[in-house]
Amino acid sequence: MEDIKLMKGNEVLAHAAVRCGVDGYFGYPITPQSEVLETLSELRPWKTTGMVVLQAESEVASINMVYGGASVGKRVMTSTSSPGLSLMCEGLSYLAGAELPCVVIDVSRGGPGLGTIQASQADYFQVVKGGGHGDYRMPVLAPNSVQEMNDFVDLAFELAFKYLNPVVILADGVIGQMMEKVRLSPQKPRRTEAQIREECPWAALGKGSGPMQRKERNIVTSCYIDPETMERHNHKLQEKYDRMERDEVRVEEMETADAEYILVAYGASSRICAKVVEDARAEGLRVGLIRPITLFPFPAATIRRAAEHAKGFLSVELSMGQMIEDVRMAIGNAAMPVRHFGRTGGIIHSPREVYDALKQLMTETGGLQ
Amino acid sequence: MKEEIIIAGFGGQGVLSMGKILAYSGVMQGQEVSWIPSYGPEMRGGTANVTVILSDRKISSPVLQEFDTGIVLNQQSLDKFEDSIKAGGTLLYDPNGITHPPHRTDLDIYTIDAAVEAARSGNAKVFNMFVLGAFLRIKPLVTIENVIEGLRHSLPERAHKMIPANEAALRRGMELVRKSEQHG
Repeated sequence: MEDIKLMKGNEVLAHAAVRCGVDGYFGYPITPQSEVLETLSELRPWKTTGMVVLQAESEVASINMVYGGASVGKRVMTSTSSPGLSLMCEGLSYLAGAELPCVVIDVSRGGPGLGTIQASQADYFQVVKGGGHGDYRMPVLAPNSVQEMNDFVDLAFELAFKYLNPVVILADGVIGQMMEKVRLSPQKPRRTEAQIREECPWAALGKGSGPMQRKERNIVTSCYIDPETMERHNHKLQEKYDRMERDEVRVEEMETADAEYILVAYGASSRICAKVVEDARAEGLRVGLIRPITLFPFPAATIRRAAEHAKGFLSVELSMGQMIEDVRMAIGNAAMPVRHFGRTGGIIHSPREVYDALKQLMTETGGLQ
Repeated sequence: MKEEIIIAGFGGQGVLSMGKILAYSGVMQGQEVSWIPSYGPEMRGGTANVTVILSDRKISSPVLQEFDTGIVLNQQSLDKFEDSIKAGGTLLYDPNGITHPPHRTDLDIYTIDAAVEAARSGNAKVFNMFVLGAFLRIKPLVTIENVIEGLRHSLPERAHKMIPANEAALRRGMELVRKSEQHG
């Protein structure tokens, strides 16, 4: 039998981190993702791969430890949940400004404020649109299964080092707490110091010695006092974000080819919407689902294409409606109803609630007699 | 085959672990599975519940509003979930502490005296295995061999010496389950 495990999404994040050769994890416990640090503590990777696992004194400390590790070319990460991510936002802006690769995981919960420990998807604006200050973007991956909690850790590091940028995995309490089958990735070795020197010519590793010796030390900074230099830096960053938008869009479509009504949902909501599509199709209704896998870059072209033959869109999120702004922007001026449906406060909408909202939209727009 | 199950009771009754063992048994049987708990303060007492889906096809939503089977272990859970069992579905409950028995007439209703049997056996820890045994008698979705295999995978190594007691409780639960004649 294949090596298939049954695990919680959060546990899988920890295994995936060790297996993809991460050098350091820095985190502070917060529900609903505390199992990440707990599982890492059980796995004791410092005894096997040499990976550092450190419980910081706060989320502010965690993200700045990540900054330190990333500055010297290490593969470093942290994980948290919504209020913790708020505390990390200054650090995210600095990491993006200094062009440092790292992976940050948000297993989001209900807010605002201390909110609730139950699942929510109300961090979309914060994670996708900024959170920290300044002109910066981060690729955002939204897993919707325990298997993707494994696969996206490796993918996130790949993107982080490709673009020299923080990458966020935006999960939610449902995906973090649920158990499904998972095939864990094979163990990759951590990079050696020599490999890091070669692959990260920007890293702050001093002048070095021997044949690799440099004339100057690298400086890692996001501080450019001269306005012309700062603007040049912003243009350079923007060029990078444009490349992400061109090359890194990931999206999954379900039954969209002939769909008259399109659900748009990511993470836990996309699983619930997949059932709605099954149920609707069983009743002969032409309903499809677009599931953004990357929230930035957003699959606007896929949505625009579906809008050419659609009568209406329903954006489904565990929030009061955040991603819907990107759906509307993607559709542009097309005369098309775009509605939001979503529960908040840690309440998970049931497939039936979503189906009822969809039927209401269909009735009002002539798609259902 | 697709079976959507809600298991509910007090925190500490082994609701979540019963769900996990059932889900692991499904994995051993080559099925698709999902397990999603209520999480939070329930861990410290109060009610706990978990939704388990076993299927031979890919599972879309792990979150459901109605179930093929409800396994309920206290009055609060019966009150909360009785109406979310599909018509023609199955309800299995432990009558211990139940003052308002089920009202549905369109379900197959079964009882399992698990609390009484656990007290009699002197091993309260296997309470949930009497219940799981009862369920598997009603719906043999996974073989007992795969449940044992599931136990081996879900229990830490140090608890493997408990597996024989769990197996005995599973088999005893299979014998003890009774069809409720209340509604004919």
